[in-house]
Amino acid sequence: MKKCLVVDDSKVIRMVARRILEELNFEIEEAVDGQDALDACNRTMPDAVLLDWNMPVKSGIEFLRDLRKTDGGGDPVVVFCTTENDMSHIREAIEAGANEYIMKPFDREIIEAKFAQVGLL
Amino acid sequence: MNQTDFELLSSILKERSGLVLTPDKTYLLESRLVPIARKRGMAGLEDLVSSIRQSKDEAVLSDITEAMTTNESFFFRDQKPFDVFEKEVLPKLLESRADKKTLRIWCAAASTGQEPYSLAIVLKENAAKMAGWRTEIVATDLSNEVLEKAKSGLYSQFEVQRGLPIQFLVKYFNQVNEMWQIDASIRGMVQYKPLNLLENFGGMGTFDVVFCRNVLIYFDQDTKAEVLGRTAKIMPSDGMLFLGGAETVLGVTDKFKPVDGLRGVYAVA
Ligand SMILES: C[S@@+](CC[C@H](N)C(=O)[O-])C[C@H]1O[C@@H](n2cnc3c(N)ncnc32)[C@H](O)[C@@H]1O
Repeated sequence: MKKCLVVDDSKVIRMVARRILEELNFEIEEAVDGQDALDACNRTMPDAVLLDWNMPVKSGIEFLRDLRKTDGGGDPVVVFCTTENDMSHIREAIEAGANEYIMKPFDREIIEAKFAQVGLL
Repeated sequence: MNQTDFELLSSILKERSGLVLTPDKTYLLESRLVPIARKRGMAGLEDLVSSIRQSKDEAVLSDITEAMTTNESFFFRDQKPFDVFEKEVLPKLLESRADKKTLRIWCAAASTGQEPYSLAIVLKENAAKMAGWRTEIVATDLSNEVLEKAKSGLYSQFEVQRGLPIQFLVKYFNQVNEMWQIDASIRGMVQYKPLNLLENFGGMGTFDVVFCRNVLIYFDQDTKAEVLGRTAKIMPSDGMLFLGGAETVLGVTDKFKPVDGLRGVYAVA
């Protein structure tokens, strides 16, 4: 079973994402901000990360830059999932090493399509 | 709705677009045709049907036909056919057409444009191998409404997230308010034309590749066979046909045969 880390400061979003991803056969771990996510990755590297942008303590983009610098941190497929929906944010995310980008609001269909595209399904 | 009204409407649809409507789809007639009745100041479907009985107004009939089509589409739908096109079909065509350097592709039920634009993106991505080539993508559909949308190249946030890799969004789209517009360089690669597959399309020239996806499923066997038969006539002997995931030529026509190892792809027989 593939492991997906769901990073979002909203409990509701984490729950919705968890439900969708569990149906797609992922084992889910949750993190509430970028630092929490980095700690989780240092314990065990997930196969995929679903990543919010704006979070307290450490943002999604800061997390991603740090992750890509850590040992083995180049491996996880990182999919942003954020309300930031303008071209400059998307470009910034790709430059920081994001593999895909979901603009909220999302639904099962979008998650499934995006995860399939990056070869996670 | 009573049975005679249903029969009248379903025979009109069958004749005009090939759509086979079974009685369990009566609700679809209601949900999609009531707005058309209202637009013309009528109370509901019954008034619409009786107006058709009195006079066969072409504008009303074509509105009804368009309203009953299913236009759902997404970029790189099912992914695989586009990979097969890029990795298997295109390289062979580049070789076999190396002297003429022309390539013509037909999207036979293009709907809102995602399919022809996906193909245009694939060609653009392979531009380096195609210097000096003249490529044409002709995209047709019965419905003028979808063609207008296709031409505008404007898609919602939801639409650009179904099937389109984010790198392509960044590379080939511009943000226009809440919408995303495909770049003029891609739009310019596709020619849109209204065309009913039930009518003669022999005058369009020949096509090396035909995408006829997710439209034959709405037709009965005879209509499928007839449309595919005429399609084969406008393809060269090494032409390739792409059908939708739920469609096949097997048991329908002998004018095409499946290509070994390439699902959904058919060669002229
Ligand atoms: C479900 S869409 C398929 C779009 C695209 N090929 C795809 O696979 O995503 C079907 C399209 O077929 C068109 N259509 C239905 N009957 C047709 C006919 N007789 N001639 C031409 N187009 C037709 C509809 O207007 C609709 O846009």
